[in-house]
Amino acid sequence: MANALVFIDNPGAALKKSSLELLTIARSLGETAVAFTGELNDDVAATLGAYGVTTVYVPSAEDLDNYLVGPKAAYLAAAVAASGATAVLLDNSPEGKDIAGRLGIKLNAGVITDVVGVEADGTAHKSVLAGSYNTTAKATTPVTVLSVKANNVEPAPVGAAPAPATATVDVPADAIANSARIAARTEKPVSGRPDLSEARIVVAGGRGVDGDFAPVEELADALGAAVGASRAATDAGWIGHDAQVGQTGVTVSPQLYISAGISGAIQQKAGMQTSKVIVAINKDAESPVFEIADYGIIGDLFKVLPQATAEIKKRKG
Amino acid sequence: MEETLKIVVLVKHVPDAQFDRHITGPGNTTDRDESILSELDEYALEAALQLAEERGGPKAGNEVIALSMGPSGAVNAVKKSLQIGAYSGVHLSDDALAGSDAAATSLALAAAIRHISADGRPVDLVLTGMASTDGETSLIPAQLAERLSFPQVTFASSLEVSGNQVTARRDAGAFSETVEAQLPAVVSVTDQINEPRYPNFKGILAAKKKKIASLSLADIGVDAAQVGLAGSWTVVESAEARPPRTAGTIITDDGDAGIKLVDFLAAQKLL
Repeated sequence: MANALVFIDNPGAALKKSSLELLTIARSLGETAVAFTGELNDDVAATLGAYGVTTVYVPSAEDLDNYLVGPKAAYLAAAVAASGATAVLLDNSPEGKDIAGRLGIKLNAGVITDVVGVEADGTAHKSVLAGSYNTTAKATTPVTVLSVKANNVEPAPVGAAPAPATATVDVPADAIANSARIAARTEKPVSGRPDLSEARIVVAGGRGVDGDFAPVEELADALGAAVGASRAATDAGWIGHDAQVGQTGVTVSPQLYISAGISGAIQQKAGMQTSKVIVAINKDAESPVFEIADYGIIGDLFKVLPQATAEIKKRKG
Repeated sequence: MEETLKIVVLVKHVPDAQFDRHITGPGNTTDRDESILSELDEYALEAALQLAEERGGPKAGNEVIALSMGPSGAVNAVKKSLQIGAYSGVHLSDDALAGSDAAATSLALAAAIRHISADGRPVDLVLTGMASTDGETSLIPAQLAERLSFPQVTFASSLEVSGNQVTARRDAGAFSETVEAQLPAVVSVTDQINEPRYPNFKGILAAKKKKIASLSLADIGVDAAQVGLAGSWTVVESAEARPPRTAGTIITDDGDAGIKLVDFLAAQKLL
């Protein structure tokens, strides 16, 4: 009997950092099992063992990826039953939340999203209303479903451990009924930069970059950071919508957020104000972003950013 | 012309994010003074109106029904939707609904949608925004789809309906996807899908003649114990206002601000 079940959806060749974080949190709740989809290679299995996972469940059907949410939720519900877990942990991605939502209805289980920390008794910590409140919430049901945001714990393996046992879970035959089918899937161009929602550092540009993201991207690359943008910049078409930080884009909570040429209206603030350190560069001294910045520079981003980039490169040798 | 559609758009009355928002009371619920129609719901309403207009609008028999669940003030979200262009409205309101979490809310909304389906023809499409701008859990579309046994198409950035089939484009992490589902379906749309229209003077006048049906829990066959704080599967145990961020050091660039920035990052051990 496992206490916690972590859903790891088609990780590919290696586990993402966010999955390792989920495994680390799960272990603090007790014996951990994994409900896995996709190909389970030896390296991934060994990593799961090193994080203390005792059992890895795999689905009986292979076509779960061809449908949206429904079949994965049905598989995960069957894995919860097989494992006896009382806590289920998922990524806080849009799909993770969708699966969590449907799973909750299937299991009569309370679902808590956007979790930043979990206590041993299952109490979840989260930040709500655009970071203006910290709340604790708890499911009142036998099973708790939690979607957990990235970057809130350091992944910690237990060290040498046996490879976990694998067990097959039957996906209910009607799982694909009433599900949307994925008719086509195209891979988006890869930037080579860290994923925005998981990055330790984010450098973001707004209206002030006036169509030219080069200084933002160059500073990001010098810092090993992800590139973000305000809605004004993505609406103008200067950068893809994937880069949008804010209420209708990605919510980030990195160690360092550098905001360049962004006024810091509520829409943007909602997506970044739980960052540990905020640096703002803006020509307009009245920009609201300066009210929340730990370090503010009133100046021209086209002068300040390249100078900082050059200085970082010099110091890093 | 395509077959006509009966579309329900979920609209929520949420605290205006331009002002300070507060959590109050024994259930740690959100204070709903100063509330407005959730901005993200306007994209769902626009998508519904476009689908209905392509099919000849209300005269051809299309229906665009704005449905809101919430206390008396929530009727304002329905009224605003009617001004923007929804053809009719439904306000689900009952004291017992207060404090409902996503699971309890989806239960009540599913029952309301079944009630709307039983009144005339069945609902073809339930459209929602990508999240509410207050709770922001994004759980309702998925939970509603599960309760209604409808396919879900979430986070659609484009939407077409042809015959009995919905086709949508969506972003899924490293991929762009095209997804297909059969009607009836639940579809949530992003703010990329369209440019919502604003209510004009004619729309505001026309809205006064549009019907708003008021539903209670008894009307939709839901027991008070299934919803509200009692029927919820999660409880918010505590809520503390975060101390507002305070401004730190602000400097004006004298030609070396880039260097000073790197000094600051080094001092914070962020390099």
